[in-house]
Amino acid sequence: MAIDFGFKLSPSSAINLDRLDTEAFNRLAELEPDVRKCISCGSCTATCTAGKFYDIGLRKILIYLQRGMEKEAIEMLEHCMLCGKCSMVCPRGLNTRHIVLSISSIYKKTEQ
Amino acid sequence: MRERFISGYNDFVIPFMAGMIFILVYLAVALLRLIFQLPARDRKKFFLSLLNPKILLKNLRDIVCDCLLHVKIFKRNPLLGYMHASIAFGWFMLIVIGHIEVFLFTPHRAKLLYYPIFFRFFVAETNETLGGGFFFFLMDFFLLVVLSGIALAMFKRIRSRALGMRRTTKLSFMDHIGLYALWSIFPLRLLAEGFTAGISGGSFLTASINKILPAFLSDPANILPTWWAYSIALGVFFFVMPFTRYMHIPTEVMMILFRNAGLKITHPRKGVAKTHVYTCASCGLCIDACPMGAEKINIKDATVYLTRQIKRGNEKRIKEISEKCLMCGKCTAICPVGLDATGLREAQRSLIDYPLKLDFASLPEQSPQKATGKVLYFAGCMTQLTPKIHRAMAGILDASGLKWEFMDKDGGICCGRPMMITGRKDEAMKLVEKNTSLIKSSGATVLLLSCPICYKIFKEEYRLSGIRVVHHTEFIDELIANGAVSVYYDPETTFVYHDPCELGRGCGVYEEPRRVVSAAGTLVKAGKERKESICCGGSLGSITLPFERRKAITEHSLHNLVVNDPDTIVTACPLCSSTFARYSDRPVQDIAEIINERLIKS
Repeated sequence: MAIDFGFKLSPSSAINLDRLDTEAFNRLAELEPDVRKCISCGSCTATCTAGKFYDIGLRKILIYLQRGMEKEAIEMLEHCMLCGKCSMVCPRGLNTRHIVLSISSIYKKTEQ
Repeated sequence: MRERFISGYNDFVIPFMAGMIFILVYLAVALLRLIFQLPARDRKKFFLSLLNPKILLKNLRDIVCDCLLHVKIFKRNPLLGYMHASIAFGWFMLIVIGHIEVFLFTPHRAKLLYYPIFFRFFVAETNETLGGGFFFFLMDFFLLVVLSGIALAMFKRIRSRALGMRRTTKLSFMDHIGLYALWSIFPLRLLAEGFTAGISGGSFLTASINKILPAFLSDPANILPTWWAYSIALGVFFFVMPFTRYMHIPTEVMMILFRNAGLKITHPRKGVAKTHVYTCASCGLCIDACPMGAEKINIKDATVYLTRQIKRGNEKRIKEISEKCLMCGKCTAICPVGLDATGLREAQRSLIDYPLKLDFASLPEQSPQKATGKVLYFAGCMTQLTPKIHRAMAGILDASGLKWEFMDKDGGICCGRPMMITGRKDEAMKLVEKNTSLIKSSGATVLLLSCPICYKIFKEEYRLSGIRVVHHTEFIDELIANGAVSVYYDPETTFVYHDPCELGRGCGVYEEPRRVVSAAGTLVKAGKERKESICCGGSLGSITLPFERRKAITEHSLHNLVVNDPDTIVTACPLCSSTFARYSDRPVQDIAEIINERLIKS
């Protein structure tokens, strides 16, 4: 039974990498080996067209997915306009648009 | 002309008749299905177009020029054009004159399908007829024309380069059967008519054959087998036709009718798309044209193989081919039948299911820029990434004294074209809507764009009534022409102009940028330009082509641009200019930059 104290404990944000379900991410990495090449430089986030309106950046999306934080990643990704600026500035030459599309075909929004 | 047989029939016509009836039934069913597959609106549009005399005239002209005379291939390579036209037009004339002969000499047989084809077997020359006369001459003449085409076709299989093709299509098994059947039809006809030339009469070709080989030909025992062989070759050709590339012969007519009626590919496989797929004659001109061919690995991704895989229903390859394409549209530009390869690919892409839906409904409301009566400049994503272009554009606009506003100074919404090209039309249209309302409420009269990618979708999908959409190449051209800006002209500086795919082939803007460049310096020619310009390799059209695989394409394109050793490469697309800048050995500039640098300030 829950008593409302007017405050509560925050849920832990710790990620147990041993218990992580990496199945989806592995599938993505298989389809798109490039996702492991990302150096998280943030060039994509800096240039993102949708970034003006939303909190979005491929760098973060990839990190979230790697950590199993699918919900957060998907919330960002659904605003991508596919304009392709990130692919032009990526120093590692990632095909970012295809990564976005691959994520869109593997993951889907879970109703919560 | 006297008939040799009262029955007017011989068993050897059976293979031909069977094939003929089969193909006629097949085509009738296919035609009904095709029209049935059209969306109701398109169907109505199609039927209405058949009542419009202007469109009818255009239909007729296109059918004669494209299907029979192959004018487009002639323009490309006269020998290749002759090869196609001789077979198509020659065969057509043989059929037409064959029917005229029947109507003139044996009108009571006119309802027999096989009579015009095997006319020379069934008749014998008499004193009153024009033995070896006009019609016989025509028949022999067109037979010779077709035979010369067949000879060229055989030669092309050995040395395609002689006919201007570096690579040709690898034919499928059924295509081979169709090809050999087609090749054998006409030599067999020559032989068969040569046999009977002594009886039915002939002209310079058949009669001479009859005279040259009397020992063999005068043996009546040889007559029937040859006519049988001729009939069988025809029969085989008709039976395999629906399963080979030769289906393009009847389909092209429907494609032309649909195209002139203004129908676009809507369904990826049915209706209009089907006509495009089956109109592909597998000639393989697109293989040489494809910029991805700079790497041998991509040869099998040319449009000719896409249509083949669609016919086969090989979904895996269809997806692969359509996702890889740069969508530069060069294959469409050079295609002798005008197959809409980019539209076809876009439609295939729309089949890919993305469970993750996109959401733009939550885009925050922006307050529109007030630009009543002014020029509204929309730089677009790509120009935002190359600020030197929008700075140059600002310089030109300020110098011109026009009143203007910068719509996406602090960034804006993507135009939707990159989304559209990945096949996600519904999502793209949401972006289009957002931008439309912003532009409309700004009150501007002119929308100026500096990115051809934006320009294409703004012209095609946006409904901006009363607002003129213009690309900066056209706009600068006008400014120079009406004296709003003046440019310092230096004949010593040489430029080459690269036609961006979306601006040139996409929107048909070729002349304006050239006039602008010529105002600043000497314009030299590229190896291939205008509608044959080679994609820079940076195109957003390709979904799967990785960065490393694009280098060869860019270098190939650069190589083509610098054949006349220009000082500067000029382009009109921010994406092209940043792609070229990566590997170019000389400066790459946008057209706005070269003008801004040379403005004469009063």
